[in-house]
Amino acid sequence: MNTYLTILVGSLLVNNFVMNKFLGICPFLGVSKKFDTALGMGLAVTFVMTLASFVSWLVEHFLLMPLDLTYLRTIAFILVIAVLVQVVEMALKKLSPSLYQALGVYLPLITTNCAVLGVAILNSDNGYNLLESTVSGCCAALGFTLAMVLFACIRERLALSRMPKWMDGFPGALITAGLMAVAFAGFGGLIS
Amino acid sequence: MANEKKGFFSVFLNGLIWENPTFTLMLGMCPTLAITTAGSNGIGMGLATTFVLVCSNLFISLLRKVIPDKVRIPAFIVVIASFVTILEMLLKAFLPDLSEALGMYIPLIVVNCIIFARAEAFAFKNGPVASVADGLGMGLGFTCAITILSCIRELLGNGTVFGAVVMPASYQPMGIMLNVPGGFVTLGLLLILVNAIKKLAAKKSAARKEGLA
Repeated sequence: MNTYLTILVGSLLVNNFVMNKFLGICPFLGVSKKFDTALGMGLAVTFVMTLASFVSWLVEHFLLMPLDLTYLRTIAFILVIAVLVQVVEMALKKLSPSLYQALGVYLPLITTNCAVLGVAILNSDNGYNLLESTVSGCCAALGFTLAMVLFACIRERLALSRMPKWMDGFPGALITAGLMAVAFAGFGGLIS
Repeated sequence: MANEKKGFFSVFLNGLIWENPTFTLMLGMCPTLAITTAGSNGIGMGLATTFVLVCSNLFISLLRKVIPDKVRIPAFIVVIASFVTILEMLLKAFLPDLSEALGMYIPLIVVNCIIFARAEAFAFKNGPVASVADGLGMGLGFTCAITILSCIRELLGNGTVFGAVVMPASYQPMGIMLNVPGGFVTLGLLLILVNAIKKLAAKKSAARKEGLA
């Protein structure tokens, strides 16, 4: 039980994927202008990341290891993720057209979100078991969602306030993210 | 189609300067921020990415008539992931120190959006020679950008450049520059500088044109 609590707090706050490991920066900067899209993207990523951690563990332990093909890990994982994203896209289209509409173009983009491949590689490097991998994938994704939503809230406020012209767009967003990372650094040392 | 007519060199320069992937297109942000804590890491990551980019651009451009449009994305992924796996093994065998320093960010080159974006936007539509030029230009542009960024961070955060002590002994290193916040803020400030230089250059060339008329 303790391990799971450590994983939860660790990947949600202390080792937050965006704020501490620089994973998933592209969607973090790209789709964080509005609260709604940020939340939608975060939830879609959470779904895919949890599934991807689960499936990639199975692939690694039941396919790559028995066949002695562990050097194909990167290719196998990215294929798993690409297939999963495709399946999720088709399932959503059928089951929940409204959510599918809302996520729109962001769904296929999840394939190239480095947080998804990152969590699969981290799980395998850390030697987690099946349950630990899945929990860590889910928690890391929730951490990603948290950072995304907070950042989107700040950016919504920033859009209304007066900024120097040369800070508009990406420079301003990057510096905002930097200040947010200072705040997240405060969680360091929460778990040893 | 217009790109086909342009020379090798102009495509190369386009990637290196005018459409620099880091400063203009804002692609490939994860490695840009994550490993730029030392100059040598910046160069290593940049060249590693360039290698994958050139190989995958060449390959995809050669296969562009064979790959059906519908399955092009999975096809790109497989090509890119294969070259990254080759790179991973080469680095582990010949440059174990660099491989250790870059860690999990080497397999993550697979999902570097620069490579993906160039495959989709350039290599799939252009011939092999132009695609190699584009790969080289974009790759070296990325290398330059992250080397500059990592030198600044190394200088301020550690007082060294490429491991050589530069700052006087009395300099207090700013540890935060090597941490996450330093990465974001340095890139933001660098971007402001690059935008200012670009604006200045555009003004100058406009003034020159007016002078000629």
